[in-house]
Amino acid sequence: MSKELELTCIICPASCTLKVTVEDNKVIKVEGNLCPRGVEFAKNELSNPVRYVMSVVKVRGGDLPTVSVVTRNPVPKNCIWQVMEALAKVEVEAPVEIGDVIVKDICGTDIIATRRAKKI
Amino acid sequence: MKTLEYDTVVIGGGPAGIAAAIKATELGLKTILIENRDLLGGIPLQCVHTGFGLHYFKEDLTGTQFVTRLLDKLEKLRVEYLLKAHVHSIEYLDYDKKLVNVVTPQGVVRILTKTIIYTTGARERHLYEIGVVGDRPDGIYTAGEAQTLMDIYGIMPGREVVIIGSGDVGLIMARRFALEGAKVKAVIEILPYPGGLMRNVMQCLRDYNIPLLLGHTVVKVVGKKRVEKVIVAKVDENFKPIEGTEFEIPCDTVVLSVGLRPYLKVLEKLGIHIDPATGGPVVNEYLETNIPGVFVAGNALVVNDLVDYAVEQGELAAEGAKVFIENKGIPTKNWKLVEKGRNIRLVVPHAVSGERDVIIYARVANPERNVYVQIPELGFRLFSYGVRPAEMIWFKLRKDMFSKLGADVNKITLEVKPR
Repeated sequence: MSKELELTCIICPASCTLKVTVEDNKVIKVEGNLCPRGVEFAKNELSNPVRYVMSVVKVRGGDLPTVSVVTRNPVPKNCIWQVMEALAKVEVEAPVEIGDVIVKDICGTDIIATRRAKKI
Repeated sequence: MKTLEYDTVVIGGGPAGIAAAIKATELGLKTILIENRDLLGGIPLQCVHTGFGLHYFKEDLTGTQFVTRLLDKLEKLRVEYLLKAHVHSIEYLDYDKKLVNVVTPQGVVRILTKTIIYTTGARERHLYEIGVVGDRPDGIYTAGEAQTLMDIYGIMPGREVVIIGSGDVGLIMARRFALEGAKVKAVIEILPYPGGLMRNVMQCLRDYNIPLLLGHTVVKVVGKKRVEKVIVAKVDENFKPIEGTEFEIPCDTVVLSVGLRPYLKVLEKLGIHIDPATGGPVVNEYLETNIPGVFVAGNALVVNDLVDYAVEQGELAAEGAKVFIENKGIPTKNWKLVEKGRNIRLVVPHAVSGERDVIIYARVANPERNVYVQIPELGFRLFSYGVRPAEMIWFKLRKDMFSKLGADVNKITLEVKPR
């Protein structure tokens, strides 16, 4: 038995509406996607949905009081709170460069800085 | 008082202004960038989420990463800039001579320039503009203010939040509040459809079980010192609250995401023509206003949904400034007006030359599925599975498309038609 369902692709702001055909819990057809990433998104979303997690952490001695961070890779949706709890405890020292590892090895990835903190 | 001389003065140091200053410098124009805050970068500096740069850098970046790349380029090119510099006024002396009066911490600086690129962005609309009555206690923020507090300064604005309006920044902030442990009670949207991108409805609201109340409005804010609750009601087809449908939502914070308006205060005093549909200036394809040599780009021109477009407009304006200086004015004689046809709410630019490729930005009035976006005079037609007011329509018209057009034709019409 195959069934059709509709998903909104969240990979980029194009926000494609995907028409997904599923058979025996497997994605057999994806329509409405403007690029191949839509197919990958639909497959992930129905088996193991993943998200990038973005936030800020405190900085000591920087030009701004925080740096922004993101998980290097998307993490499973049920790991989001684990990431947020880890970030709440972190405080880093300026300078921080974009790409610096802020938390190593969490939920199968690292958390990296996405804003620079100049030392003042 | 010292007077400086430049080919172009760029006013506003966000993405459009930085991009304009970079491009103008690369084109050999003597350029200065003026910013009234104490740092360059503008709004993307506080945008910690991804979705930036897919068009421009062909990469998915956070706002912070995106703008840092631009800033690094600006520094590398040694573009001159002033910080904490406030443009008080602009005087029009001649078509190629404008005087920009700037207040800086070192005193007043007068800048004589051939061209101006105005990139001051947009301002957020506030409660008084959407007719919400009631108290005005502590705890009412625009989405951008909440974002500045949380993502630049690391300060939580509140714990129990109601968001009015479902624009993208409001949706993004709903997720930020939820991630930081606040309870987002509801997002309230007066229209029957969300204001922001569908992807943000999915990943910012659905993922965190935040209710989105479409066709509802906040009729009143209640609170003595701090916000205590909001009164919400359903609206009818004329967006009027329906009596008897009111209910309360207790909360300590109200966040407004009810749209942006181009911010053009100084230019308005110069007498630029404003398009009521965009709230920005009327411009030709060089993004030049009715005042010769004054260009506008980014959210000061039209509220964009992608920073990539703001950057593109900054570069277009810089190219316009170059053409203006080389030709002692924009050389086009026969402009073709771009008119709004069926289901088009706004379009930029307002006039095209047909002498070169041109980029068109437009928004629809109402969501519609399976349509053609077309310009009958040019035989131009673009199929779309769906158009939504929240998503800007972007396309390029090639110079050769205009060869079909008779010399006496002085307008083209952009319209949306069902397939």
